[in-house]
Amino acid sequence: MSDASGVIEARAVSKGFGGVVALDDVSVSARGGEILAVIGENGAGKSTLMKILCGVHHPDGGEVLIDGKAVSLASPADAFGRGIASIPQELELCDSLTVLENVLLGREPRSGGGFLDRAAGAEAASSALAEVALDVPLDRPIAELGHGQRQLVALARALGGHARVLLLDEPTATLSATETKLLLDRLEAMRADGVAIVLITHRLAEVEAIADRVVVLRDGAHVGTLEKGEIERDEMVRRMVGRDLDEVLEEEKQLQEVRLAVSGLRSSAHPDPLDLEVRGGERVALAGLVGAGRSELLEAIFGLRGRSGSVEVDGKGLAPLDPHAAVEAGVALVPEERAAQGLALEQTVAFNAALPGLFREAGACGWLPAGAGNATASEVIDRLGVRPADPSLRAGDLSGGNQQKVVIGKWLALEPGVLLLDEPTRGVDVGAREEIHRRLRQLSSEGVAILFSSSEMEEVLALADRVVVLSDGRICGILAASEASEEGILDLATGGGRR
Amino acid sequence: MRKILGISAVLLLVVVVTALVTPAGTFLSAYNLENLLRRSALFGIIGIGAGLVIISGGIDLSIGSIVCLVGCLTPWLIVTLGHSPWLVVPALLLVAAALGFSHGMLVTKLRLQPFLVTLCGLFIYRGVTRGLVSDRSVGFANEVASLRAFGNGRIPITDSFALPAPLLVLIVVAVTASLLLRRTVWGRHLRAIGSNETAARHCGIDVDRVKIGAYLLCGLLSGIGGLLFVFDTNTAQPSNFGNFYELFAIAAAVLGGCSLRGGEGTIIGVLVGAALVQVLRNAIVLIDAIPKDIEFAVIGAIILLAVVVDEALRRTVAGRKG
Repeated sequence: MSDASGVIEARAVSKGFGGVVALDDVSVSARGGEILAVIGENGAGKSTLMKILCGVHHPDGGEVLIDGKAVSLASPADAFGRGIASIPQELELCDSLTVLENVLLGREPRSGGGFLDRAAGAEAASSALAEVALDVPLDRPIAELGHGQRQLVALARALGGHARVLLLDEPTATLSATETKLLLDRLEAMRADGVAIVLITHRLAEVEAIADRVVVLRDGAHVGTLEKGEIERDEMVRRMVGRDLDEVLEEEKQLQEVRLAVSGLRSSAHPDPLDLEVRGGERVALAGLVGAGRSELLEAIFGLRGRSGSVEVDGKGLAPLDPHAAVEAGVALVPEERAAQGLALEQTVAFNAALPGLFREAGACGWLPAGAGNATASEVIDRLGVRPADPSLRAGDLSGGNQQKVVIGKWLALEPGVLLLDEPTRGVDVGAREEIHRRLRQLSSEGVAILFSSSEMEEVLALADRVVVLSDGRICGILAASEASEEGILDLATGGGRR
Repeated sequence: MRKILGISAVLLLVVVVTALVTPAGTFLSAYNLENLLRRSALFGIIGIGAGLVIISGGIDLSIGSIVCLVGCLTPWLIVTLGHSPWLVVPALLLVAAALGFSHGMLVTKLRLQPFLVTLCGLFIYRGVTRGLVSDRSVGFANEVASLRAFGNGRIPITDSFALPAPLLVLIVVAVTASLLLRRTVWGRHLRAIGSNETAARHCGIDVDRVKIGAYLLCGLLSGIGGLLFVFDTNTAQPSNFGNFYELFAIAAAVLGGCSLRGGEGTIIGVLVGAALVQVLRNAIVLIDAIPKDIEFAVIGAIILLAVVVDEALRRTVAGRKG
């Protein structure tokens, strides 16, 4: 491979957004036939770097080079035309189009006069799908595919232009273990074909498994590069956070009275009556496989999903399907899909942060005094360390981890007695995760009852006092923190445990 | 095809019920059917324009006013001012297309909202028309009879039944639009843009050009509609000619399966939708029990019902799948 060095390079690039420096004098370069991992905390500038490399943003300073020549990328389409394919964090597929139409989008074979060459299209699409080992009918609407399959369709599209550079932003954040394996296998195959791959990810295990080099960013600056032999988890964490992670100091436990009592709960996702109690000061995890009914249980308790049976908060019963009553009783739910369910992305951080508590500030007829919610907003930003700490920014302009802080913070502002969290740190980096965990521990020491679902074993084991394992909507085991282990939980979740 | 099954069933049901409850020899008479086909064809043409814009994720509220502009200026220029129809007709169609083009430019280049741009169009074109013709009724009297055949012509099939000429125009327009939408790169890009504009942009699609095309075609089809409508009616009153037509066109498109969120829709669906709206209007006139004054209320209620039933069915199906 003659041109195997520095296919794509960012040289001393800087980028700021309204006074906030997102990237400061960062230089990275990816060679053909290597996988370069870019890691860092939320807000470290990873996505900004990727957006500069694929032509979404223009650097304020510095330059992007392809094959050693400086280029000015006008748009992602321009970058694509130069052999740089990108798969952004939020997949960009057209839901109402078919698999074939999505794979070929923007480079449909033509038969002259603007007409589609359908035979050539079908051929090109099937060979693109074969390349990523995806076997689905070409005329299937994309909306009917699962997450992993959609990711592969995006990959097939990215590869169809015979890309020499592939940029991926957290491609595995929403994938199951099997789907992740499949995707990583494809990336390794492409590396063998000489493609330069830049991979942004929070999953350090993946980095250990497939990266050839690792670039670490912190607060917009390039703080280190790890070569093949040095790629090791603790080292990566140390570089990302800039210090050794504090060992968890488990505070004194003083269990209080039952704050959340669920008994005989049934819903469409929970066929058998289900009982559960969470005491003040306690953190209970819901563990289980995808489809075990964890999110659905939280939704049923909060009143977003129909149920029978009783749910009591501090001894008072909650009516089913009445989330407003739940909020008034002191229950808060932090949803899983932060973009779709948790935030109004077009609105400011202040707007979002103040939203749940706004009704408390309203006067007669719902009239809001000027500046209502401002105090709440700055408190949320303060308490959770949202960066940048600017309440007037659009929520959609924050990085993923900081969006999640706003989602959690806005509910905390209500000072709930019972806090329900669905995957509290999904897609969030190590630093922000520690911060969120620390905050949750502090809350429970203040007497809040916390019930959370998580598919990350590390999180379950690190945070929970008790682990409730669900399988097919039924409770198949409850483990105390002292007796919980990853194998034990998985064993129960897959139905292999002692019954 | 699945998506238009429901609406086709509703159309069939309304036709059968109307045929049963109206006095014999009214709804099913050759005269009435021919008229019904004519109205459906005319509204189908502007409905296709509305459909293309809706598929792109936009909306066009100026259709009725462009119908008014072209419909009133055609007889005014030809009869009142004495210009040659061979000049007037192409010139006005060009104007209609240019208006659509300007909507597209404003929506894409200035990033204005389609609702706003075309709402302003709705006011402006009617105002301009009323000003030009001094708000007086205009008509052809007996002029340009051969040209008017496009609107009011009949192609006899049997002694009593004839196919209306606009139906032929509709067929040409619909086949062309269908080919554009399904067999050309432009059509696929249009659907992609309506479905996910960012994705389309990142795939290198010239989003602005594709969208401008949709608005241009909508303007042109509104112009063609305006011509045929006035050929059919012979006279036009600028204060009310084409009033609410944009809403009938949008209703036809939406009933026919075009999602206002963009990305979805078929030409055949729009035609079924247009026919449904016209059959309903016809039924209200013919069924004595329904007071004519509440026509809009009945149409609105039935469209709402159809959309609600459609959504409910879709959720049931989706629920079963999940």
